[in-house]
Amino acid sequence: MATMTTVVPTQHKTAAPQRRRSRNLNWLGGSLSWLWLFVVMLPVYWIVITSFKQQSNYYVQNPLAPPSEATLSNYRLVIESDFARYFVNSVIVTIGAVLPAVLISFMAAYAIIRAGRRSRFLRLTNSLFLMGLAIPLQAVIIPVYLIIIRLQMYDTLLAIILPSIAFSIPLSVLVLSNFIRDVPRELFESMRMDGATEWGTLWHLAFPLTRPALVTVTIYNGLGIWNGFLLPLILTQSADQRTMPLALWDFQGQYGVNVPAVAASVVLTTLPILILYAIGRRQLLSGLTAGFSK
Amino acid sequence: MTTLAAPPVRVVAPSTDTGGRSGRVTWMAVPALLMFLAFAVVPLLGVLALSFTTWDGLGAVHPSGLTSWRAVLADPGLFHTIGVTFLIMGLSWVFQTPLSLLIGVFLAGHQRYREFLAVLYFIPLLLSSAAIAITFKALLDPNFGIGAGLGLPILAQDWLGDSKLAVGVVVFVVSWQFIPFHSLIYQGGVRQIPASLYEAAQIDGAGRFRQFLSITLPQLKYTIITSSTLMVVGSLTFFDLIFILTSGGPADATSVLALDMYQRGFQASLMGPASVIAVILVLTGLVLALLLRRLGGGSGDDSQLEGA
Repeated sequence: MATMTTVVPTQHKTAAPQRRRSRNLNWLGGSLSWLWLFVVMLPVYWIVITSFKQQSNYYVQNPLAPPSEATLSNYRLVIESDFARYFVNSVIVTIGAVLPAVLISFMAAYAIIRAGRRSRFLRLTNSLFLMGLAIPLQAVIIPVYLIIIRLQMYDTLLAIILPSIAFSIPLSVLVLSNFIRDVPRELFESMRMDGATEWGTLWHLAFPLTRPALVTVTIYNGLGIWNGFLLPLILTQSADQRTMPLALWDFQGQYGVNVPAVAASVVLTTLPILILYAIGRRQLLSGLTAGFSK
Repeated sequence: MTTLAAPPVRVVAPSTDTGGRSGRVTWMAVPALLMFLAFAVVPLLGVLALSFTTWDGLGAVHPSGLTSWRAVLADPGLFHTIGVTFLIMGLSWVFQTPLSLLIGVFLAGHQRYREFLAVLYFIPLLLSSAAIAITFKALLDPNFGIGAGLGLPILAQDWLGDSKLAVGVVVFVVSWQFIPFHSLIYQGGVRQIPASLYEAAQIDGAGRFRQFLSITLPQLKYTIITSSTLMVVGSLTFFDLIFILTSGGPADATSVLALDMYQRGFQASLMGPASVIAVILVLTGLVLALLLRRLGGGSGDDSQLEGA
């Protein structure tokens, strides 16, 4: 900001002041962006180099200097602390929640678009889902906890999966119905002429045509559930049922002073997502803003 | 990402009915409806009901009328907590909006290096709040953290031990986590602005700065409202990050509503008062969402492209 106000006046009376100002604005946006890149990357860089440091060296070396003697012992400690099990738990929870959530949301979106005009029931269902977008998970966690206890599901992975499915539905239905609405009416009509059932039309017409949206909501929900902390914190207790974010927190509680080991746990739990990001960046990014631009 | 709040929805009636016979498709909506009723709608009503009960989280639930409400409303701590919640909400909006907007506009350009920058920018979006909180907690250590690393004493403060600094740290870490997300929204918004508007402005002799003020900003009106709603309503749900980073401390300086609810309910075993806080949380979110929607001029059905 300061540079803008100082540079502009000195060159004020020269030719084409506007173009000069525009260059300054570009310069401002550009330098801000590089600065923010630094702010974003510094913690990432720090956590990675720290994870390879020896604990004995950690307090001696400059925190931002690369490890003088790189070691994998921190990773060994993390892996020996049962992180493979937590990883499997996270995979089970994520897949177990996302696939059913996307499937039933897709079916609901299809029904709402196909017959919502004539069916009061479907219209009400749709309004309920839209209203549901405004319900924060935090606010209903106490009754969810009560329900899970009464269902005898406390401290199981299913306890995390069921509410995760429910809270994925509203946005998924919104995004998917926006896409199914774009399928030309004539195509539905010709499917009907060919004698296809609604179930067949769902799979053979709507499914292929809305595949990008399905991928999008799958990624969006998957990331949210993979990184979810509140549900596992409240609804599970034993180490057997721990998912990765909770394990990370627990590990930090146990090994807090061993910063390199904590760093290794952070890197290790984040790695699967980073690998996926490297593979499917475009889908992932469009998935993240699902429903906000359409 | 589950903590992200709902977007301001354009309530679109399902008007483009494609002519199916309702009897044959209605059942398809039933599984989703049942799941949603069981784990979202029933709990929403349940939290209101539980606010009129006494429950320790283990034994039986006893109705107790207004006891919990009286206890919570008489607690001066409540107003402090609400104050902190709004302070963090306001500061994170003020900090995030201009930065996200500028970065979003910058990233909307199609230059190659900008795409490369974008790849790195969005990394925070992928990390769990737990991972982010743990990283910053260690990085902000006054003796062995960033201050020592960069050799800047000004960065070697007792970040999480001082009330004012701790609020600042929470706002900063929240911004670190969510600015990429909002930049992405703004990037999308900017790319939807028709190039013809800029061409016309150029013919009229408007410079880039002028174009930014007269075209980009007004055209982004709805994007700004969307992003602000997400920021404001979403800030009510900050839990994981604050829970791990500061646990509400030092001395309740960063104790927000969601955290207060958790502490009353699951640490002090007072589910009744915790449910009261939850009800307050829901109402605050609803009021804010409605206010922001009104700000947007109500109907979002109009084209987002003014004058195009």
